Amino acid sequence: MKTKQMLSVVFALLTVTALIVGCAAPAAAPTAAPATQPPAAAKKPYIPVISKGFQHQFWQAVKKGAENAAKDLNVDITFEGPETEAMVDKQVEMFQTALDKKPAAICLAAVDSKAFIPLLEKAKAAGIPIIGFDSGVDSPIPVTTAATDNIAAAALIADKMAQLIGGEGEVAVIAHDQTSRTGIDRVKGFTDQIKAKYPKITIVDTQYGGGDQLKSTDISKAIIQAHPNLKGFFGANEGSIIGVLNAVKELNMAGKLVVIGYDSGQQQMDAIRAGTEAGAVTQDPIGIGYKCVDAAVKAMKGETLPKTIDTGFHWYDKTNIDDPTIAALLYK
Amino acid sequence: MEAKIAQPRSLFRSDAMQKLLAFGGLLVLFVAFSLASPYFLTPDNIGGIFLATAVNGVLALGVTFVIINGGIDLSVGTVMTFSAVMTGQFITVWQLPVLVGVLAGLATGALCGLANGVVISKMKVPPFVATLGMLYATKGLSLVVSQLHPIYFNDTPIFNQTAMGSILGLVIPALDPIKNVVLIFFGAAIVASIILTKTVLGRYTFALGSNEEATRLSGVNVDRWKTAVYTLGGLFAGLAGVMIAARLNSAQPALGAGYELDAIAAAVIGGTSLSGGEGSILGTIIGAFVISVLANGLRILSVPQEWQIVVTGTILVLAVYLDRRRKR
Repeated sequence: MKTKQMLSVVFALLTVTALIVGCAAPAAAPTAAPATQPPAAAKKPYIPVISKGFQHQFWQAVKKGAENAAKDLNVDITFEGPETEAMVDKQVEMFQTALDKKPAAICLAAVDSKAFIPLLEKAKAAGIPIIGFDSGVDSPIPVTTAATDNIAAAALIADKMAQLIGGEGEVAVIAHDQTSRTGIDRVKGFTDQIKAKYPKITIVDTQYGGGDQLKSTDISKAIIQAHPNLKGFFGANEGSIIGVLNAVKELNMAGKLVVIGYDSGQQQMDAIRAGTEAGAVTQDPIGIGYKCVDAAVKAMKGETLPKTIDTGFHWYDKTNIDDPTIAALLYK
Repeated sequence: MEAKIAQPRSLFRSDAMQKLLAFGGLLVLFVAFSLASPYFLTPDNIGGIFLATAVNGVLALGVTFVIINGGIDLSVGTVMTFSAVMTGQFITVWQLPVLVGVLAGLATGALCGLANGVVISKMKVPPFVATLGMLYATKGLSLVVSQLHPIYFNDTPIFNQTAMGSILGLVIPALDPIKNVVLIFFGAAIVASIILTKTVLGRYTFALGSNEEATRLSGVNVDRWKTAVYTLGGLFAGLAGVMIAARLNSAQPALGAGYELDAIAAAVIGGTSLSGGEGSILGTIIGAFVISVLANGLRILSVPQEWQIVVTGTILVLAVYLDRRRKR
């Protein structure tokens, strides 16, 4: 009995803690249909959106766009994604489950395109249109893909970097990973542009921190230590750039390095306002979410769509961060 | 009983030798990296290595207790994150004093550890499974509580400043790269070492790990002490949570998974035996430094990351292999 009592006390405590926290938290909880809700409950067409993640602010913004589109176009969506961008198996499972629910269309940002080929063929055979978004799916099956041109965006960053460091010197890159489409494209876009247009600039190091803020901080510090002549640092996603910013702060290097980032988030926006970060490229995550659901509805109705939908990207810095057109694209 | 009596002597032998071996290895790494790059042995970089060791080091302290006690704790990384998130919840969302938030972070860690301990000792769930469950639970709770948003400490700059300032640097300017958060790590290590070697809890930690049945037969309340060990492990994870939140000036709800492996690796490289009953705090600290020196040095040399991971894995196995060979 004693054991049982003690146990119940412990679990009660934990539950109460969780409840208190849950209730006290601001009531801004998203009103989206939970991922577990069966589509059969509604008569509206059902479109599952399977993303590459859900924890990062970026994916939350994509989700918001998808939800806006669902509301405007009167369809039901669910939004889910694996916990990390390495979990191919989990995403395949999510896709399989989505197929089993007989949806009107599926939006997919594949972690690994090749792993999806059999499932895509299955969807095609069942007449379910697939819409790619973000990194897209490397296959002819998706009717269209709504995505940022990451290579072009990273090339723009290379141009800005060159301009800000005076066209010569050493720069370094830290990215999230070397296997995902966005990781590959951003590093490639930046590197190729530097090599092609700025022979006096050398990229002394390119490392990967998995988007983990702490690891990216320690990696960035080591890179700065190893290259005392470093003039610029490019962080290729939000977690990476936060690492660079932390490193610069911890080494008291603010103002001595040209730091350029990607996407937004509170910390990065603060740094841009303060001048410790020169600027960043923002994608249009809400637009990506909106346009993929929009395309899915069109495909469902049999409309023809262009092979790619460019969702655009924009350079922002201290001077235009508060412009309404830019501010609308940034997430905190 | 025989095993118990034999323990102290073999412990002494193993301890001294293993530490010497690990410390020698650490020295070799230091010398090699210093020769290979002029940027390795600079005050700022050494400070950076200490800083990079602090969080993993504190996690490893807790893990050391649990492993010596004959168990394992897979939940330390995500308990750390959950503690960081709760600290953020108290300080930033509920706007309570920083000290209250810090205590809440520590309490969160200790509570999770207590839950682990109760599930393991009273419900007889194997430690691997119980703490794996806690890994998932706290990973989810971090996301639930934070609503998937990082919690920043921008309204309370004192939190980050206290951790990232340098009391040592105020006294001796040359020591400025050694930040306060590193001192907290060392302080925690000293406390851990005292608990492990000078208190009843420490003695029973070893006793439980080397022969649980004999310990039970000699009249020790095994369940209670085991629970205490896991609670202590959780408390260290809570401390690591406060430290990572202070350093990043934010509670990042998505990180943490995978950190437990680094912590376990630090303990094992430092000579803690995964079969229990053997290990030391000094060894674990050396192990934690081996991992961070290796990571830092290879980065300084611009070795591609994929190879850094391979090298770390090889060193881990090599360290344990040498340890085994010596004991044979």
